[in-house]
Amino acid sequence: MGDSQYSFSLTTFSPSGKLVQIEHALTAVGSGQTSLGIKASNGVVIATEKKLPSILVDESSVHKIQSLTPNIGVVYSGMGPDFRVLVRKSRKQAEQYHRLYKEPIPVTQLVRETAAVMQEFTQSGGVRPFGVSLLVAGYDDKGPQLYQVDPSGSYFSWKASAMGKNVSNAKTFLEKRYVEEMELDDAVHTAILTLKEGVLTPNEIRDYLAEVE
Amino acid sequence: MVGKNCFAIASDRRLGVQLQTIATDFQRISKIHDRLFIGLSGLATDSQTLYQRLVFRHKLYQLREERDMKPETFASLVSALLYEKRFGPYFCQPVIAGLSDEDKPFICTMDSIGAKELAKDFVVAGTAGESLYGACEAMFKPDMEPDELFETVSQALLSSVDRDCLSGWGGHVYIV
Repeated sequence: MGDSQYSFSLTTFSPSGKLVQIEHALTAVGSGQTSLGIKASNGVVIATEKKLPSILVDESSVHKIQSLTPNIGVVYSGMGPDFRVLVRKSRKQAEQYHRLYKEPIPVTQLVRETAAVMQEFTQSGGVRPFGVSLLVAGYDDKGPQLYQVDPSGSYFSWKASAMGKNVSNAKTFLEKRYVEEMELDDAVHTAILTLKEGVLTPNEIRDYLAEVE
Repeated sequence: MVGKNCFAIASDRRLGVQLQTIATDFQRISKIHDRLFIGLSGLATDSQTLYQRLVFRHKLYQLREERDMKPETFASLVSALLYEKRFGPYFCQPVIAGLSDEDKPFICTMDSIGAKELAKDFVVAGTAGESLYGACEAMFKPDMEPDELFETVSQALLSSVDRDCLSGWGGHVYIV
C-alpha cells in the first residue's frame, strides 16, 4: 500500500512521481459512458451514448451534449455534475471574451481556459479534480477543430477520439474507419457505428453495415 | 480617412497646455502592428498611459493567440478599457485606423468613455475636429489611391489646423 499514504492529499506527489488522485479521476472517466468525436473536412461530430439509469427517467431532461457558444459544443465522459460546473465556467469565459473583443472566442482559447480551470483543481487545497474528460468541438477561422481535455488539465487536438468505457475498442475502430477527407455525413455515420461497436458484436455490425450499404 | 484598399491617419505635432505651446514635435499617432495605427488626442499623460496599456494588452494577445489583432477587435478592446474608467475617464479621444487581412480599411473614433463611432469615409478627433469635418467633407472622394489620399489628407489637415489656434506646427501623415 505504498500509494495509499499519498492518495488522500491531492497535492502530494507519491514517491513514484504520480498524483494518485488524478489517476483516480481518470479511472472515473474510464468507467463513464462512451463518447467520441470525429473531425470531418467541413465540420466536427461529437456523439455519446445516452444510456439512462431507468426507463422511468424522462429522456428529454438529460443533456449530455451542451453548447458553450453558438459555434462550440462539448460532450463528456465521467461525472455529470462535474461536467455542469465546467460548462458553466466555460460559458462564462466565452462571454467575457466576447464582451471584451466583440468577437466569438476561438476554440483554442476556450479549450485553454477550460483546461486551466481543470489544472487549477489539481493544485488547489480543499478541492478534488474533475471526474470528467471533455471533447470540445468547434468551428472558427481555423476551420473545424476537436480537442480532448483531461482531468489533469492537459489537452490535445484530435482528428478523431473516444473516451469512457471501451475506449481502446472505439479508438481502434476509429483508426480503421477514419479517412482524412471525410464529410460530415460520413462522420456522423462513423460516429454511430463506433458507438454501436461497444454494444454490438462484430458480427452484428457486419450485418448492420450490409443493411445500410 | 479611407481610400481604396488603404487608409491614412494624420495629426498635427503641437503639444500644449491651454495657449502655451510646450513641444512642436509631438507624436500623437502610434503603431500597434504593421496594419494598425492609433491616434490619441487629448491629455498627453492619459494618452501615453492608455497607449502603454494598449500595447501591453496587444502583446499579450499576440502571445496568446499567435496572431495580430483585427482592427475591429482592437477597437472593442480600446472601448472596453476606456469604459472601465467610466467615472474617472482617460481624457482622450482615440482614432483607430487599420487594414483587415483582406486589405479592407477600417476606421473608427470614440469618446473618452469608449462610445464607438464607426464611419465609412473619415473620422476626426481633437480641438480642430469641427473644421476637420468641413475640410474632409469637402475634399473626400471614395476609393482614392494612396498618392491622392495622402494629398487630400494633408491638405485637409493643414487647412483645418490653420483655423484652430490650439493645433498646428506641422503634421504627421501615415498611409497604409
